[in-house]
Amino acid sequence: MIAELGNYALVLALAVALVQSVVPLYGARRRDAVLMGVAEPTALAQFGFVALSFAALVACYVMSDFSVATVFDNSHSTMPLIYKFTSVWGNHEGSMLLWVLILALFGALVAGFGGNIPATLKATVLSVQSWVAAAFYLFILITSNPFQRLADAPFEGRDLNPILQDLGLAIHPPILYVGYVGFSISFSFAIAALIEGRIDAAWARWVRPWTLVAWMCLTLGIAMGSYWAYYTLGWGGWWFWDPVENASFMPWLAGTALLHSAVVMEKREALKIWTILLAILTFSLSLIGTFLVRSGVLTSVHAFASDPMRGVFILAILVLFIGGGLALFAWRAPLLKQGGLFAPVSREGALVFNNLFLTTACATVFVGTLYPLALEALTGEKISVGAPFFDATFGPLFVPLLIAVPFGPLMAWKRGDLKGVTQRLTAAFVLALLGVAAVCAIEGRPVLAAFGIGLAIFVIAGAITDIVERTGLWRAPFGTALRRAAGLPRSAWGSAFAHIGLGVSLLGIIGVTQWGSEQIVSLRPGDKVSLRHYEFTFDGTTPRRGSNYSDLVVKFTVRRNGERIGVMEPAKRTFATRQMTTTEAALLSRGFSQLYVSLGDTNADGSIAVRIYHKPLVLLIWLGCLVMVFGGGLSLSDRRLRVGAPKPAKARTALQPAEQRA
Amino acid sequence: MTFPKLPMFLRLLVIAVVAMSTTPGFAVQPDEILPDAKLETRARGLSHELRCMVCQNQSIDDSDAPLARDLRLLVRERLKAGDSDAQVLDYLVARYGEFVLLKPRFELHTAVLWLAPIGLLCAGAVTLVVALRRRRRIGAAGPAAPLSPGEEARLAELTGPGAH
Repeated sequence: MIAELGNYALVLALAVALVQSVVPLYGARRRDAVLMGVAEPTALAQFGFVALSFAALVACYVMSDFSVATVFDNSHSTMPLIYKFTSVWGNHEGSMLLWVLILALFGALVAGFGGNIPATLKATVLSVQSWVAAAFYLFILITSNPFQRLADAPFEGRDLNPILQDLGLAIHPPILYVGYVGFSISFSFAIAALIEGRIDAAWARWVRPWTLVAWMCLTLGIAMGSYWAYYTLGWGGWWFWDPVENASFMPWLAGTALLHSAVVMEKREALKIWTILLAILTFSLSLIGTFLVRSGVLTSVHAFASDPMRGVFILAILVLFIGGGLALFAWRAPLLKQGGLFAPVSREGALVFNNLFLTTACATVFVGTLYPLALEALTGEKISVGAPFFDATFGPLFVPLLIAVPFGPLMAWKRGDLKGVTQRLTAAFVLALLGVAAVCAIEGRPVLAAFGIGLAIFVIAGAITDIVERTGLWRAPFGTALRRAAGLPRSAWGSAFAHIGLGVSLLGIIGVTQWGSEQIVSLRPGDKVSLRHYEFTFDGTTPRRGSNYSDLVVKFTVRRNGERIGVMEPAKRTFATRQMTTTEAALLSRGFSQLYVSLGDTNADGSIAVRIYHKPLVLLIWLGCLVMVFGGGLSLSDRRLRVGAPKPAKARTALQPAEQRA
Repeated sequence: MTFPKLPMFLRLLVIAVVAMSTTPGFAVQPDEILPDAKLETRARGLSHELRCMVCQNQSIDDSDAPLARDLRLLVRERLKAGDSDAQVLDYLVARYGEFVLLKPRFELHTAVLWLAPIGLLCAGAVTLVVALRRRRRIGAAGPAAPLSPGEEARLAELTGPGAH
């Protein structure tokens, strides 16, 4: 009954979406307020129905209703409640329902909070948003219905894939999806602007908060996925250039470029057409990501053919929206008026530089991910494109970008002074050189590591220089500087923090890739092994039982220079239902570095294979991501983003409420 | 392929255990490590560049599939026999095809792949320069259109004595 209710609610959502995708758009062309007014209630109703549908599916899982096929396939009655709940999206059907839930949520948010958006634009945006929603409702109902019943209800389910029975992975998809799907709003705004044939700085200001929210969630989602891989997969890798990772990384790169180009558009009315194109591309990459992950085309070109209906359907959606979006762009973009002029050396120029490198990096990931598929489809030749390729191409592209990061915020709009900016960055540069010298003195070897650390310090110090310059910390009395700091727009703080986060992540990446060390040994109780300054003693093994698994726990005592600093308990976890074993690594944090122990196979002679790692600065990778997200949050809380009309860039006037000026 | 150092039952055991555990939990085994640290470092480096052909996008260094282990042992055997890194890669490509390389070689059919980053960067830069130059010329070609009477009035109103 509940499953049927969920199914019915989803069908209703589709019906409402179809109305919403036509009526407000027609109303906007006719300037008919009544027809345009249809958009808001339908957007809210659509969200209501999808939420009801999703709630019904959650109920099926929580009550372990194994007569529903997806529940049978992905749940088990003894699973902890939290995993019963999260297994809702631990499979194809449920995750697609989550996808449309978030899509509908964003539509409802625009309807509910987009009060300052002009009526015609808002109606058009909501219509476009609804086209996407309708296409995906159809996809779910026709090819991936999560409410499908089984004729004979089994007594017990097949259990959730043990790898997914982990809290980190449980909350990773929703956050990642908010990121992916959040870019649908920028897409809808871009398409609406093309339909209206009008775009101005205010457009950028309406789009930016949505883009920021999506970007923050995507950053967080990617970071969580990376941390999950780090502690679950058992060998401490944190990024693999796996196609599934690339699928989320491409929209991130394009979205980052979009955030920066939207700034130019907002402040200077320049780069309008490019920003529109980026908005379309960013969501297109989100769709492609969904397609890559969901169609099975990545596993092999043949897996795609094993379930052709789904793959072909998503491919059709892809062609419709990406092709349609780009065609509309080609047709309407020339109508949009060009914006302000600027010299190559200027803030605008720096942001264009940023966009050039970010989009090229994004295109590199795109080509690298899809080239093997394309080559095999066209010529039948099979090649692999993996981490070594991306390291060799992506890295060199990111270095100039990182060098340029501190220059951007210090440049003046319209016409910048490269020499002046360089002078102001002297302190940051000196700090970076000190870092390089320190690394060389202490570690001696890899030159690459010293350069990387120097670059990271330059990025961080450069971001701090920006804030110091704006507040006049060294020139003005401290009180004045403090007052100025408080008066700085939040977005200035936001970009400084985001750039600091980038530098912090880079520190972590350099640390762990250049100075990480490992030991692979077979150990028996009583054995000792040392790595760097640490000594590990194998104390013994104990079995332990969980609700739906059993652990074999190995206890290690860790000493540093003879002093006991802690106990590490890695385990091998066996899930009875699926006859699967997972490795539960043990982690011990020392400042920003970590010790990492994971277990391998038990040998015939009773010893057990153990991998022990020292991961220097590894936590900075994710801490940097959190700092970036924090910066995004600061920027989001900037009150200028909440107002309707563009304003001069002066910080003082920017703090006044909009209503007085509009 | 034969592994004289490894008893058959142990190989079977490894395969059985590996087959049971679907998580890529453990890759390089302690018994694979070469006593010569220099050779071992080279072996690990090569392992990162070689694909485990039965896995999804995993290098043989990361994978615990039996095939990956076979390849790791093969790499070490070749190194012990005195092969250079390039010779080891050639040997594996001859046996398993180019699919085994995670970093494809620069050849005709991978030219697009390798040239894409630099090509796109240059194309983007050229487009930018051209666009910027053209817009400057248009911008510099003539003064902006004169203000309409309405705009003149508005300007006077804004800059007049009443304005602040």
